[in-house]
Amino acid sequence: MAKKIIKINFDTGWDLAPAPESTGHIQLKEQYDLFIGGKWIKPSSGKYFATNNPADEKKLAMIAEANSKDVDKAVKAARKAYDKVWSKMPAKERGKYIYRIARLIQEKAREFAVIETLDGGKPIRESRDIDIPLAAAHFFYYAGWADKLDYAFPNRKPQPLGVAGQITPWNFPLLMAAWKIAPALATGNTVVLKPAETTSLTALKLAEVIQEAGLPDGVVNIITGAGETGAAIVNHNDVDKIAFTGSTGVGKIIQNAIAGTPKKATLELGGKAANIIFEDAALDQAVEGIINGIYFNQGHVCCAGSRLFVQESVYDIVLRKLKDRMESLVVGNPLDKNTDIGAINSKEQLQVINKYLKIGQKEGAEMYQSNCSLPKKGYWCKPTLFTNVSQSNRIVQEEIFGPVLAVQTFRTVAEVIEKANNTPYGLSAGVWTDKGSKLFNMTSQLNAGIIWGNTFNKFDPTSPFGGYKESGFGREGGLHGLKPYLKF
Amino acid sequence: MSKTIKKFDFSSSPSVDQVGINDRIARITARSIKKETKIQGLKMALNMVDLTTLEGADTDKKVIQLCNKAQNLHNSHPNLPTVAAVCVYPNFVKIAKANLQGSGINVASVATAFPSGNSSRKIKLLDTKIAVDAGAEEVDMVISRGKFHEGDYNFIFDEIAAIKDACGNSRLKVILETGELGTYDKVRKASDIAIAAGADFIKTSTGKISPAATLPVTLVMLEAIKDHYYKTGIQVGMKPAGGISNSKLALQYLILVKETLGKDWLSNKWFRFGASSLANDLLMQIVKQDTGIYQSKDYFSKD
Repeated sequence: MAKKIIKINFDTGWDLAPAPESTGHIQLKEQYDLFIGGKWIKPSSGKYFATNNPADEKKLAMIAEANSKDVDKAVKAARKAYDKVWSKMPAKERGKYIYRIARLIQEKAREFAVIETLDGGKPIRESRDIDIPLAAAHFFYYAGWADKLDYAFPNRKPQPLGVAGQITPWNFPLLMAAWKIAPALATGNTVVLKPAETTSLTALKLAEVIQEAGLPDGVVNIITGAGETGAAIVNHNDVDKIAFTGSTGVGKIIQNAIAGTPKKATLELGGKAANIIFEDAALDQAVEGIINGIYFNQGHVCCAGSRLFVQESVYDIVLRKLKDRMESLVVGNPLDKNTDIGAINSKEQLQVINKYLKIGQKEGAEMYQSNCSLPKKGYWCKPTLFTNVSQSNRIVQEEIFGPVLAVQTFRTVAEVIEKANNTPYGLSAGVWTDKGSKLFNMTSQLNAGIIWGNTFNKFDPTSPFGGYKESGFGREGGLHGLKPYLKF
Repeated sequence: MSKTIKKFDFSSSPSVDQVGINDRIARITARSIKKETKIQGLKMALNMVDLTTLEGADTDKKVIQLCNKAQNLHNSHPNLPTVAAVCVYPNFVKIAKANLQGSGINVASVATAFPSGNSSRKIKLLDTKIAVDAGAEEVDMVISRGKFHEGDYNFIFDEIAAIKDACGNSRLKVILETGELGTYDKVRKASDIAIAAGADFIKTSTGKISPAATLPVTLVMLEAIKDHYYKTGIQVGMKPAGGISNSKLALQYLILVKETLGKDWLSNKWFRFGASSLANDLLMQIVKQDTGIYQSKDYFSKD
């Protein structure tokens, strides 16, 4: 008798009908200028570029391109606001403004979520339940610190630095703006912020919120543009502090550029996190953690758990469970409330991911993708995993920034620690075990700024975030997140 | 390929992490179930209901009323599916059987000193025999939770196996009474023991203890069923019971089944709802989907 193949049949014939979030309530302008000194100002070059929806490649709005002249205007506005108003204002008054921004984000949460999803391609479930609420939570949290800095750093007389130049990435546009602006304002600094060029819209909507909150002119300036605009901020003489989240490559350029200047910096760069599953872990929940670790936000997450290490004795069972779970992931229209994996953020990023899929296969790794269908228009990538890989594969060494998981096995604690730390990065890691002592032993030996125990990709404004090695330095979030904006 | 496990290691049940279970359920409850998906789901759910009356005050007439309801759910609305079974105490099996003749609706009977399970093996076997002899196609037994907490897992295994034997051709549902077990780890262990001992279905609750069925506890049990299926190729059914009174929740259960066990479990052969008031809410929603109008509860018969 031939052996019956045992397999769960996920083709149920009972499929989820489309449930798209409506877009009728959002207000987008056709063209956005630069937000400098509390006003909307045309770029001095007169140039604008389009921002597109990666799910259907349609244009959403035109965005101003700031050049070094505009950057200079923005820094001057920030300096004036710092000297004349913000540094002189009693701390508890500063706090009130930040609270007001937090409340306004909450009030407009639905609009922010839809715009974030349209502009960046992330599923509405994530922008609605994670990005926007967390952004508001960061403003609430740091608003509370504004008048308590003397208690955060007793007897050290904390003082603001001055003007902070902040550059944010395209993966969590509003949330990263909140991570940067909230602590800067709470500590008494003024801000020039540049969002990523493919996802500027929610930062520009935040500028509208800041206007509505009545924040004094020039305290927060939001200017748009690509790499050159960012470089102009970094190289401006009157900027006291650079806060950057983005690639390790650009981070190195920034550090080079500010070498020999009094500018301070926090850099939050790339990662290649190890997600480690021990045989005694709650395996079904570990699988859920693997899914959240790598397929959250299409894998466009610097702390994504992109290297999976499974103890050999449970390798087969974990792989089976993981593949089954991948089958229930819905890939498609980011605005659909049932979508688990949305669109890849840009054409360029899709090309990067596809390049790595080819490299992986060429180097002999085995590729597995779920059986989902993809929309015809837009930029998409199926949830993917590679087996038969080792530390020597490029897909294990390099940050892909997509929904691509590399799976390896290990036998002992010593072996997995050696492999987990065998990377130029050191941002995050995950450990799955039912044994508390094993977990704490691992956390003290892993070189990573954030280590999750029996969970992954959980964020909270009270918890510091940042990396080791080439994942950058400085911390954002928590009490630790105040320090990089203060001198003592 | 019917192959039973040669040896059951009672210490080998995998651990369950509560935080992770809740994370998974949060993803399930965030699913938006609309339009055709909803109609199809509501009808599927109705077809999976075990209409239940398990009161001290049950009478022949009450059971007859319930059997009538089972066969005439809402006659003004044609083409409705029937419920799966009517669930009663053993002494009402005969009357239920007589009143459901030819309807295709099964009679299920609780047994084994339901709901506490505190009695001798002899009485539990006799209780089961009475139900089966009277024609119950399905037997819902309870496990001895006291023995389980004492760690006497062999006792639990042997008892289930003995009752399964007494069931003959009737299908055995094993009630774990998860509300009395305390942790998901224990729910998983009890599920594994029941499955290994020959349960055709595992069931959350008697409905007499709170909490009764929940989505997280059901997920723990579905994972046990899935692991067993991969090991042996043998399907085991699942029945959450108690506390499922509205359609939205019932649909979330079905989504959980769909995403955990897939197509083969999405029928009343392998999935049931133990509930009394759920049927009317499903009916109300089905009529709403077809007519566009919510009707008063008084338009749906209460038996």
